[in-house]
Amino acid sequence: MRTFLILVSTVAAMVLAPASLRAQDVTITIKNHRFTPSEVKVPANKRVQITVVNDDPTPEEFESHEMKVEKVIPGKSKGVVRIGPLAPGRYPFFGEFNQATAKGVVIAE
Amino acid sequence: MLGAAIIVFREVIEAGLIVGIVMAATRGVAGRGRWVNIGIIAGVLGAAVVAMFANVISEAFQGAGQELFNASVLGAAVIMLMWHNAWMARHGREIADEMRRVGTAVSEGAKPLTALAVVVGLAVLREGSEVVLFLYGIMVSGTSVSSMLAGSALGIAAGAAFTALTYFGLLAIPNRYIFSVTSWLIALLAAGMAAQAVHFLNNAGWLVAFDRTVWDTSWLLSEGSVLGRFFHALIGYTERPTEMQLMVYAATLIAMFALMRVARPAPRPRLPAAAE
Repeated sequence: MRTFLILVSTVAAMVLAPASLRAQDVTITIKNHRFTPSEVKVPANKRVQITVVNDDPTPEEFESHEMKVEKVIPGKSKGVVRIGPLAPGRYPFFGEFNQATAKGVVIAE
Repeated sequence: MLGAAIIVFREVIEAGLIVGIVMAATRGVAGRGRWVNIGIIAGVLGAAVVAMFANVISEAFQGAGQELFNASVLGAAVIMLMWHNAWMARHGREIADEMRRVGTAVSEGAKPLTALAVVVGLAVLREGSEVVLFLYGIMVSGTSVSSMLAGSALGIAAGAAFTALTYFGLLAIPNRYIFSVTSWLIALLAAGMAAQAVHFLNNAGWLVAFDRTVWDTSWLLSEGSVLGRFFHALIGYTERPTEMQLMVYAATLIAMFALMRVARPAPRPRLPAAAE
């Protein structure tokens, strides 16, 4: 059991990267259940940090299967979404709570 | 209305599946209904609290609070599931024997019930907080409130029906096999949760090693679909797993079965009847 714990903590220490890992920053704002900008360009093959600012009073869930992100952004609040590294291409995202209007796409190039 | 129903149903599926499996796994254990109910109620209350503090959680840890919270909840659930399976490996035989003899519930086994109540509570907490936030959003926005709320109620009802379906489906399994089937289900459930925790840690920027996507089966089964969600909850299906997710998935399964092997009592030597 102890060997197991040591093994686990060693592996954990090896792979747990410091949270301060710097990445490119992008900001997207939600207003009236729409994303601005709705098209975001990011560098391919890099980790990118998207700050999602929710200006609506209602919560929204920023979601993208392609980018493997699912994050609730409370009303009048903001959240940080970390994506990538992405292969070049188009990665659609949407607001799950308002799918009719809240749509956008990340373009990695 | 239908949109709201589907959103809520998708959130309820995972918790519902877990409740159904837990109920089947504790078949024959006295007092399980009470424990599962405690788990559900605590989960709902917890979900409301989490939703209330969504802002605080979201902005904690440089905006990674929500991911870390989810990863911790999943990690705790994985440990509880391991504990349960180890316990069952040790005592499952006795319970099955007694069930056969007495035909009703046995009194033994408060331990796995607390573990499973915690699992149920955590599942409801995690999925429930999103439902609560969604409902809150409907209330605040004030547009077509009644139809949206009706849709949400429909989604919750469908989720409950789905839970019952899971439970009765599993009950159809003969007594003899039920514990091995539920042990397998719980092992896969735990492995899926562990892989999901890895995903959250990756999103939080805390665990970025081996983050290359190994395959993409989104063309086959989208994770966003109800069926995809079902398999996501059941066996941890992910359309684009990373190397780390696959490794942790396998490691959890191996750890689970090793633990069960260790916990299993040594086979009793067959003594002649007179010696007992």
